[in-house]
Amino acid sequence: MTFSLNEASRAAIDREVAKYPEGQAISAVMAGLRIAQEQNGWLTPEAIEAVATHLNIPPMAAMEVATFYNMYDVKPVGRWKITVCTNLPCALSGGEQAAEYVKEKLGIGFNETTADGRFTLKEGECMGVCGDAPAIIVNNTRLCSWMSREKIDALLDELK
Amino acid sequence: MLEIEIDGQKLEVPDGSTVMDAANRLGLHIPHFCYHKKLSIAANCRMCLVQVERAPKPLPACATPVTNGMKVQTHSEQAVTAQKGVMEFLLINHPLDCPICDQGGECQLQDLAVGYGASSSRYQEEKRVVMNKNLGPLISTDMTRCIHCTRCVRFGQEIAGVMELGMANRGEHSEIMTFVGHTVDSELSGNMIDLCPVGALTSKPFRYSARTWELSRRKTVSPHDSLGSNLIVQVKHDEVKRVLPLENEDVNECWISDRDRFSYEALNGEERLTKPMIKQNGQWLEVDWQTALEYAASSLRRVTDEHGAGKVGMLAAPYATVEELYLGAQLMRGLGGGSIDTRLRQSDFGLDGKLSGTPWLGMKIADVSKLNAALVVGSFLRKDHPLLAQRLRQAARRGTRVSALGVSGEDWLMTTHARVTVAPSQLAAELAGLVKAAADIRGVAAPAAAASASVSDAARRIAQSLIDDGARAIFLGAVVQQHAQAAGLHALAQELARLTGATLGYLGEGANSVGAAVVGAQTGLNPQQMFAGDLRACVLLHAEPELDAANPAAAVEALKRADTVIVMSPFKTGLDYADCLLPVSPFTETSGTFVSIEGRIQSFHAVVRPKGETRPAWKVLRVLGSMLELGGFRFDSSEQVRDEALSGATGWLPEYKLGNTASDVACATPAAVEGLQRVADFPIYRNDALARRAPALAATRDSAVPSARISTGTAQAAGLATAKRVRVRSAAGACELDLTLDDTVPASCVRVSAGWPQTAPLGALSGTLNVEAV
Repeated sequence: MTFSLNEASRAAIDREVAKYPEGQAISAVMAGLRIAQEQNGWLTPEAIEAVATHLNIPPMAAMEVATFYNMYDVKPVGRWKITVCTNLPCALSGGEQAAEYVKEKLGIGFNETTADGRFTLKEGECMGVCGDAPAIIVNNTRLCSWMSREKIDALLDELK
Repeated sequence: MLEIEIDGQKLEVPDGSTVMDAANRLGLHIPHFCYHKKLSIAANCRMCLVQVERAPKPLPACATPVTNGMKVQTHSEQAVTAQKGVMEFLLINHPLDCPICDQGGECQLQDLAVGYGASSSRYQEEKRVVMNKNLGPLISTDMTRCIHCTRCVRFGQEIAGVMELGMANRGEHSEIMTFVGHTVDSELSGNMIDLCPVGALTSKPFRYSARTWELSRRKTVSPHDSLGSNLIVQVKHDEVKRVLPLENEDVNECWISDRDRFSYEALNGEERLTKPMIKQNGQWLEVDWQTALEYAASSLRRVTDEHGAGKVGMLAAPYATVEELYLGAQLMRGLGGGSIDTRLRQSDFGLDGKLSGTPWLGMKIADVSKLNAALVVGSFLRKDHPLLAQRLRQAARRGTRVSALGVSGEDWLMTTHARVTVAPSQLAAELAGLVKAAADIRGVAAPAAAASASVSDAARRIAQSLIDDGARAIFLGAVVQQHAQAAGLHALAQELARLTGATLGYLGEGANSVGAAVVGAQTGLNPQQMFAGDLRACVLLHAEPELDAANPAAAVEALKRADTVIVMSPFKTGLDYADCLLPVSPFTETSGTFVSIEGRIQSFHAVVRPKGETRPAWKVLRVLGSMLELGGFRFDSSEQVRDEALSGATGWLPEYKLGNTASDVACATPAAVEGLQRVADFPIYRNDALARRAPALAATRDSAVPSARISTGTAQAAGLATAKRVRVRSAAGACELDLTLDDTVPASCVRVSAGWPQTAPLGALSGTLNVEAV
C-alpha cells in the first residue's frame, strides 16, 4: 500500500511546523498525524512514515506518538467512528449503558467495524465534558452530549 | 558548589548535580535500571527512590537535583519500602525464566531482586506476553522480559544518533519495537545489549553458548580501527565466546562498535588455518612447522641469492602488532635490503620522507570532545571510525561545529555546520577554495596554488569556523590517504591549517598504522612499487592484497608472477597465489602492542591459546630470522621485542616521533576528469580479515552485496534511470553489479565499494568507470 501526503496535507503540516521554532519540526508531529489521518481515513505505517519523512524525524518517533494516543487510528476504521466515553464520571451517569445500546444497535463490540464498513465502535477516554455524560464523539471531532437512547437512535439514523 | 549529606556522609558537589551523581561520588550504590551516566535522565523505572529530608514522599535519585543542605537517606525504612514496592511492580510482568535467560547471572533485575524482591509473588493473575521482534542479525529479543527503562531508545537517540527503537503504545501495552519492518542497523547497536538491564536484548551470536560465570574475562585491544578501543574478551574452554567493552573514558568511553564486538566469530570459524601448508605440484599439503619454516626460509634465501633482496618484500596489514612489524622489518633488512610496508590501500607516496614525523591524529582522542570546530576531509566517518564519529556527535550536541568535505553525502547522524560533497577529483579544488576563503578572512594573500580558487558560501562558513576562537582541527580521512593526489591534498590541508591555526590530523586506517611507521615497517619499496616492479618473493603478514590493495587486480597479478609467496595469516587465504601458508595468531592468540592514532601504546596478552598448530607471528618471524642466520632475532619475549622496537617507550609515543607537517610538497591542482568517477569505500565489515569472516556481521545491511550506486541525476544523464543491473568497466577489468539510486553519491560519480571479491576486478580505487545497462 503506498501513501503520499497530498498537496493540501503538506501545506497544512507546513503551517503547523511554522508555529514552532526552527529545527523543532518534531513538535508538529501530532498535528501532522492528524492531518494524514484526515487525508487517509486511518494511519497506515506508510502514512506515519510519510509524516515522519515530511518532518524529517525518525519514523519510529512518529510511530510512538501515533500508537500512544487513542484518537489516532492505526487500524482501519469505518466511515463513522463512534467513541463512547466509559471513564468513571460517564460510567456513573450511564456511559456504560450508552455503549451497550450502541453495541446492540450496530451488532458489534468495541474496536469492531460493521460489515458494511459504515461504523466503528471505540471505547474512549475522558473527553472533558463529564457534566454532559454520557458523552460520545464522532470521528474525533463532533462531540455529542447527554447521549440517551433516543439521542443515540437519532445520531445513528443521521449518520446512515 | 552545593553541600549534601547522604547516609550521614557530607560532601560538596557542583551545581546541577543530581542525588545519584553525589551518591556515585561517595561510592554509594543506589539501585537503578533506567539511569545511565552517559544517557539522558528518564526517571521511569523508579527504582532509585530515596528519602529526602522534608520531602513529602520518596524522590528518584537520578532526577532530583541537589539543593544546598539536602539530607538524603538511601537505605532508610521509607526508601527501602519504596524500592521494594517498585521491585514488586517490576516483577509483576517479568517472567520467572532466569534459568533459560541469557542474561541470567549478569542481570541487574536479577541482582536487585535478590536484595529488594519478595520471596514469593502476591500477583496471581496472568502475566503479559509480548511478541519478540526481529531486530536483525546481531540483537536477539525476549520482549516479555522488558521493563521499559528505555535505555536502548535513548542510546539510539543520543549516542548512535538515530532513533531506531522506540516505545510504541501506552501503559500496559507499551512495547519496545522498531518501525514496521525495520531492523536495528546502527554500527553501534551492540551497545544496546550491554545497556539492557534485563534479558530483553541479548547478543544473537552469543545466545545460549555460555553462562557468564563460566567465562573468564581478559583484557585486550581492538584491532579493527585506529582508535585502540579497550576490550574485555570472555573466554570459555580456550574459545572466545564474547567481546565486551572495557571502559576507558579517554578512548572508547564505555562503548565499542559492532565490528569490535562481533568479529570474534571469525576466530572460531571454518576458515581458520590450523596447520602449515605447502603447495606442491598445484596441490596443497599439510606439513609440520619445521618443514614449512625450512621451506619458507630456503625460498626466501634462494630468491635473495638469485635476484637480490631488492626483489623481496613483505606486505603487512596495518593491524599487525608492533612486535610482528618490527621483526618483519628486521627480517627484510637482514636479507640485505628487502622492502616492507603496511599501506596497501595507498596509491600516492609523495609524502614519504617529507613529513616531520609519523602521521597521527594531531591530538589526544579525548581532546576531540573539546573541539570548538572540526573539519573532516574525505572520510566515511561513521563506518571507518564508528566511535570517533560518536565522540564528534556528542561534541556536536554540545555545540562543536563539525563540517565535512568529502566524496559521500551519507548522513553522519549529527548536526553538521556545513557539508560539501564533491567528486574525488574535485577535492583539491574545494580544499583550495577553503584555503582561499581562510586567506581572505585573515586578510593575507592566498598561496599560489589557491590564489585563483573559487570560494563557495560553504567554504567561507567552514573557513570562518576554523578561524574562530577555541580548539579546532582538520582531520584527513581514508579517502584522502587513498587518493591519487594524497600528498598534494595534504599540502593544501596543511596550508589551510596554517592559515586558520587549526590542528591537522590523520584518521589513521588500521589499529597499528602509527606503530608500523614508527618501527620502520614502511621502508624500501612501497606496495605500489612492489606490485608494479619485479617482485620475486613476497611475505604477506595478515594482509589480503586481493581485497586490500589499492589495485587488487594488479596486486594479484604481481603475486602470481612472484617465485614465492609466503602467507602468514590466521585464515586460509591466498590459495591461488601463495605457495606456503603459515598459520599465525590473530590478536586474541598472541601478545602484542598497538599504537593508536593518538600515539597511545597499548600492549596486550594472548587471551586464548593458539588454535590448532597456530603460532604467534612474532615467534614465527623470530624462527625465520634465526634459520636465515640473520642477526637481531634474539628475543625471549614479545615485551623485549616491543621495548627494542619502541626504544623502551611505554604508555605514549614520544611526541617528537609524531608529526603531520610536510615540507617541500606541492599543493594538488584539480584534475579535469571526463566520465563517471569511482568513489570507493571499504565497507565497515569488509575492512579487515576478521570482520570479513564473521557470519553475523556478514548478515547485516552494511554487508549487503556491493552495487553500483549512482545519484538520480547522474543516472538520468547517463541513460541509466531505469537500469536494474549494470556492467561496470574500468581500464583494468569489469564486473556486473546491481544499480542502486543513491543521492548521497556526488554528481558524475559512481560508488563501487572495495573490499569485495565482486568488485576487485575493477582494479584502482579511483579513476573513471564505464557503466552500461545489461
